[in-house]
Amino acid sequence: MTTPVDFSDPDRARDLARVLQTLTPADPFKIVHVCGTHEMAITRNGLRSFLPDGVDLLEGPGCPVCVTPAADIDAAIEIARSGAVLCTFGDMMRVPGSRQSLDGARSEGHDVRTVLSAADAVAAAQESDRDVVFFAVGFETTAPMTAAILLDDPPANLSVLASHKQIPQAMAALLDLPGSRIGGYLAPGHVSTIIGTRPYDAWLGTRRIPIVVGGFEPLDILYALGLILRQNRDRSPRVENGYPRAVDAEGNLAALRLIDEVFETADARWRGIGTIPDSGYRLRSAFADRDARSRFTLDLPPERDEIPGCRCPDVLTARAVPSDCPLFGNRCTPLTPVGPCMVGSEGACSIWFRYGGRESL
Amino acid sequence: MCLAAPARVIEVSDDTAIVDYGGVRTTARLDALPDAVAAGDYVLIHTGFAIRRLSPEDGEETLRLFDELAASISPDVEAPSDASAPRSADAR
Amino acid sequence: MSEDRVTALHGAGGEVMGRLLAERVLPRLPRGSAGRIGLDALDDGATVDVPSGAELVLTTDSHVVKPVFFPGGDIGRLAAAGTLNDLAVMGARPLALTLAAILEEGFPIADLERILDSFATALEEVGAAVVCGDTKVMSPGEIDGIALNTTGVGVAERAISDAEIAIGDRILLSGSIGDHGMALLAAREDFRLETELASDVAPIWPMIDAALRVGGIRAMKDPTRGGLAAALNEMAEKAAVSLELDEAAIPVLDAVAGLSEILGISPLEVANEGKAILIVDPTRADAVLDALRGHPLGRRAAIVGTVTDEYPGRVILGTAVGGRRFLDMPLGDPVPRIC
Repeated sequence: MTTPVDFSDPDRARDLARVLQTLTPADPFKIVHVCGTHEMAITRNGLRSFLPDGVDLLEGPGCPVCVTPAADIDAAIEIARSGAVLCTFGDMMRVPGSRQSLDGARSEGHDVRTVLSAADAVAAAQESDRDVVFFAVGFETTAPMTAAILLDDPPANLSVLASHKQIPQAMAALLDLPGSRIGGYLAPGHVSTIIGTRPYDAWLGTRRIPIVVGGFEPLDILYALGLILRQNRDRSPRVENGYPRAVDAEGNLAALRLIDEVFETADARWRGIGTIPDSGYRLRSAFADRDARSRFTLDLPPERDEIPGCRCPDVLTARAVPSDCPLFGNRCTPLTPVGPCMVGSEGACSIWFRYGGRESL
Repeated sequence: MCLAAPARVIEVSDDTAIVDYGGVRTTARLDALPDAVAAGDYVLIHTGFAIRRLSPEDGEETLRLFDELAASISPDVEAPSDASAPRSADAR
Repeated sequence: MSEDRVTALHGAGGEVMGRLLAERVLPRLPRGSAGRIGLDALDDGATVDVPSGAELVLTTDSHVVKPVFFPGGDIGRLAAAGTLNDLAVMGARPLALTLAAILEEGFPIADLERILDSFATALEEVGAAVVCGDTKVMSPGEIDGIALNTTGVGVAERAISDAEIAIGDRILLSGSIGDHGMALLAAREDFRLETELASDVAPIWPMIDAALRVGGIRAMKDPTRGGLAAALNEMAEKAAVSLELDEAAIPVLDAVAGLSEILGISPLEVANEGKAILIVDPTRADAVLDALRGHPLGRRAAIVGTVTDEYPGRVILGTAVGGRRFLDMPLGDPVPRIC
């Protein structure tokens, strides 16, 4: 392992499991997290096996893959079809747009490439004569990197299809949806490394539910869940930092400055949810020449975002579980996904399907 | 939305560093971590950029936090009485 | 010969092809016979001597790996090992392989020679022969570089399937998991990752032979495409049993674990090309383990689980931290992720 400490120590896990059992709430309690990497860590490590009866842990709109509007994917596909090079993170490849996915476009021969970093898109632009577009998806963890490459005098043929979003606003918006019943939030660790804990106070401070920032090692997650249940027992809901080695109240000021130089806050559409005010990032006018939406004239198909019968919107907002959806397991399977929740490895429906239609053993 | 892994810094030059994850090396950018990062430091890296420096004591300190919670919440330890705290508005 | 690239004439069956075979191909395949009529005869077919009473085992594979030369091996070694190992995990001693090559016009002959050398070396490690072959050439763009097909012939007293498993049997792995798949991902130039990690591609028959002599091996499989997860799910489903694994016992190299963290891809879902899964009678598991570990390719062999009847057809992972979850059949080629 790369870290010297064992964050998978089963003895400590048992201790923390005892903590969770001791703090079992009297009534059914729903904890929501908003991070695909949290969901992966939870399912990979079988952490739901540790939850006491009555405590549910659901994934909300925590994966930019799932909440990127179909129209953005359509735009990326059209850019590739126009002959440009489209660079994207791997997670986006299989998400269905209105007609097809980026993976589908690639198998038709269009130049769609997987990158691990915004910097790789810059390298692609340096090595190509054609237009190179970076599909900039992700939350506040990833926005600083897009900003950094734009500030670094990139080659003229590079532009950005910006689709970054901000998560605390979405966490607040979720609480207002009817049928929400969210008892507490496990807040995303690495988003918080960038933004600090203050935005949770700003957007969620008046909501009086536990909000605990959690890390990603198995023990980190069990610990954060323990803090949530302790707040619940003590009736002292607040924003609490359960990942202090990587998160502080102020956040990463250099990263926040990078974001601020290049982006401004704007309303954003979240697939399956709709528009959430002030929840996105838009390129500032000084960077208009780097905006792929201006550089390319895009002839987009009519957006097909909602599919009859598909309950992704309810699943994404943690108001339904996958097996509540009528398409789940018959028309909609990981090999034939209908909605975004079934695509890729971290969508809630994909995980439920593969784990037998239930959350844990 | 947070896949980030800790890596050890091998070498720093200007705004990039060569980092090592258990024998695999790659280059990371330091635009988001402009304060001095030195060889031997551990950093958290997300999509090829360092976002946080981790100190060697952090791991042990974290384990201490886990152990403190476990010690304070056991079936034998009484919950602190908090009759004076305001009841939360209906959060469910 | 002054030519350094394959041309259409090399596949045309005439003198040019004959010279290619005689001067560039056959000399590199010295072990060309497993019976009376062998490779050198350049006959329409070859004969293979088969002990009477043995079961004849056949297998075939096509290979189109990219890049053709990768850390730890190349398509030649991969083709040979792949087929030799399919025979090995059927419990069959490999006797002979065929080798058919489809080449793109323009393919460098020096590369072909390197590939043939690798192929021959792998055969030598097992003592099997290549007894017939074929060469075709396609126009540029009609095929990407090179494709190989190998068919293998082996013999066993009684071949071992991948499905005759009993409750209580132990699950063994012959070594570390995820090496080949991760090495190839890391080698992608666009990822800019530097590592010493190499593919584990190797013929494993001598190691398996040693294990078979101990006895008690009920089923075997080699976890190639789709990795350990795919192979175990196939076994569980065919035998309608549950395979219960202890994650902490599965050997994983540090470099593989590191790459797994960077790319967000599990070592359990990527290919292995020099490993075997063995399901063993519980009374023989320790002895089989010792036999595996006695061979250089089996240094990291481990007992990693048990066959139960808890969730028939499914694979269950007891995670390192103490949780439990299903280990699912992977859906497709693994894709690096950021979230």
